[in-house]
Amino acid sequence: MKGIGTSPGIALGHVIVYKEPEIAVTKEQVQDIDKEIDRLEKAIKIGIKQIENLYEKTLKNVGKEEAEIFNAHKMMIEDPEFIGDVKETIKSQEVNAEWAVKNTADKYIEMFENIEDEYLRERALDLKDVSKRLLRILLDIETMDLGSLEEESIIVAEDLTPSDTAQMNKDMVLGFVTELGGKTSHTSIMARTLEIPAVSGLKDITNKVKNGDFIIIDGKEGIVLLNPSEEEIKTYEQKKKDYKEFQLKLEDMKGKESISKDGVKVEIAANIGTPKDVDKVIENDGEGIGLYRTEFLYMDSKTLPTEEEQFEAYKIVAERLEGKPVVIRTLDVGGDKDIPYLDLPEEMNPFLGYRAIRLCLDRTDIFKTQLRALLRASAFGNVKIMFPMISSIQEIRDAKKILEEAKEELRKENIPFDENIEVGIMVEIPAAAVHSDIFAKEVDFFSIGTNDLIQYTLAVDRGNQDISYLYNQYHPGVLKLIKMTIENGHKEGIWVGMCGEAAGDEKLIPLLLGMGLDEFSMSSSSMLRARWIINNTSKREIESMLDEILSLPTAEDVEKFIDEKILG
Amino acid sequence: MYKQEVTLQNETGLHARPASLFVKEASRFSADVKVLKDGKEYNAKSIMGILSMGAGKGDTILIQAEGDDAKDAVEALVKLVNDNFNE
Repeated sequence: MKGIGTSPGIALGHVIVYKEPEIAVTKEQVQDIDKEIDRLEKAIKIGIKQIENLYEKTLKNVGKEEAEIFNAHKMMIEDPEFIGDVKETIKSQEVNAEWAVKNTADKYIEMFENIEDEYLRERALDLKDVSKRLLRILLDIETMDLGSLEEESIIVAEDLTPSDTAQMNKDMVLGFVTELGGKTSHTSIMARTLEIPAVSGLKDITNKVKNGDFIIIDGKEGIVLLNPSEEEIKTYEQKKKDYKEFQLKLEDMKGKESISKDGVKVEIAANIGTPKDVDKVIENDGEGIGLYRTEFLYMDSKTLPTEEEQFEAYKIVAERLEGKPVVIRTLDVGGDKDIPYLDLPEEMNPFLGYRAIRLCLDRTDIFKTQLRALLRASAFGNVKIMFPMISSIQEIRDAKKILEEAKEELRKENIPFDENIEVGIMVEIPAAAVHSDIFAKEVDFFSIGTNDLIQYTLAVDRGNQDISYLYNQYHPGVLKLIKMTIENGHKEGIWVGMCGEAAGDEKLIPLLLGMGLDEFSMSSSSMLRARWIINNTSKREIESMLDEILSLPTAEDVEKFIDEKILG
Repeated sequence: MYKQEVTLQNETGLHARPASLFVKEASRFSADVKVLKDGKEYNAKSIMGILSMGAGKGDTILIQAEGDDAKDAVEALVKLVNDNFNE
């Protein structure tokens, strides 16, 4: 069976099917209203005790951040509006407490779910958890206790709530398999925090396995094997061992340089979206930030962010990186990223439309505010500015002219900034790659944005499921453009990085090293693995194969070549 | 009755952590504390109420309280907002 791998690792073990007990609530008319109110109040008291208990357990076993959720639960179960509404329902409709709880909770849940806001949708889940707790207490329903697991088991469930995972005895849990949820669901996050493998998205799995069944799960590939053969068990025991050893090797990469077997040093950097992401960069020993997307400042707000707010957000990242490079990309909206208050026009082809640098060069007020904030932040670290979606030399010159204006303003105001701040461009439009020999004369660095470069080069909308099979980073045409860009950059003496998904792809890293890429920027969690690959690859060896690889006819041939001749 | 108007300057507005800090602060007082926005009234001691209000950055809200410590309550909440919830 194949689901979505949400937390890597291999587990082999017996199954415990964890099913939530059915909660059936019926509407009953009651005479004694005081008695119902009293039942409700007692249930709330018990509920609070349970929640406090879970808070303590989680705080002790997992961590403060994870425990916080139970503080939120406590606020909800005590909430004067919510409880007030429940009591009001009991009184005015003369109904049982169960019905009033369910009815009121559903009303709030629906309200939260209907607001376009991830935070409120999460609160809807909290409220579901809290109201179920109240109903279980009122109806006297026993729940299965994951805290008293006595044997090491793999938990199979529809989905797990924070309450479920909090009381779980984690020493006895080998892995999770769930029907619902994706990479960002609570269960997946918890699994990654506890470093146990998890697979989700397996419909009906709770009915396909029963307690005591032996299964194997592969949390990277999303594979679940029910009643595996001797052969399969042997294979996966080995895989599990290899995985553990590899994890230790990665841990070992912390504090090391990213240097190839033949002594070529490169930089492994991180892509981030908010200042909060810096924690992970430091934890995984990033050598810099290769892409700081600034859209969040604009998208999480109802109005344009001020210079001051932007300055704070950039400055804190620059400071925390302590002199390591921080490449900040100027506003890249339009396309699939809308900002309601900008009133962007609806377009037939948004990806080919009014977006990124095109918007900034038109709305120079927005652009200059951002450039001023970026320049000011450059006084606090090693900041570099990067313009997205460049298709012509004129755009580079226009953008730099506005940057010069911003610098001049700051000089006049006696505000410090880095006079030698580096300015670069994203190479993501095929014309920029083809013409990169000339572009390289105008800038201090290139960063190849593979996500868009592939999409534009192959003319494939990467969001369209029907044609997504055509989107392929091993396409020789794409690889030729990448190689050309790196070579042209080097000819003019500028460094060339990459900040698309491809930079963290284990199969492409050796190839990119061979082409001479200087900086690899990727999600923080991929950095140590990338460093390990670099440290185990010889640049010269790959370089000597490049001509052969780039003359292969298809993407599949390229992938096969890498698998067999480079990784194999 | 005591009341004061205040504008939300922090990134998240009355949301997430700031919302719960706001409710916790309001709950410290015995006064009846309300928040008014766009002509609607919300219970300042209710996380549900505050969240459903949906006040974001740049929105102006009116905090009003009635009871013994009404003035202290309003002042404490205004300070919390003006300090940007210590974000």
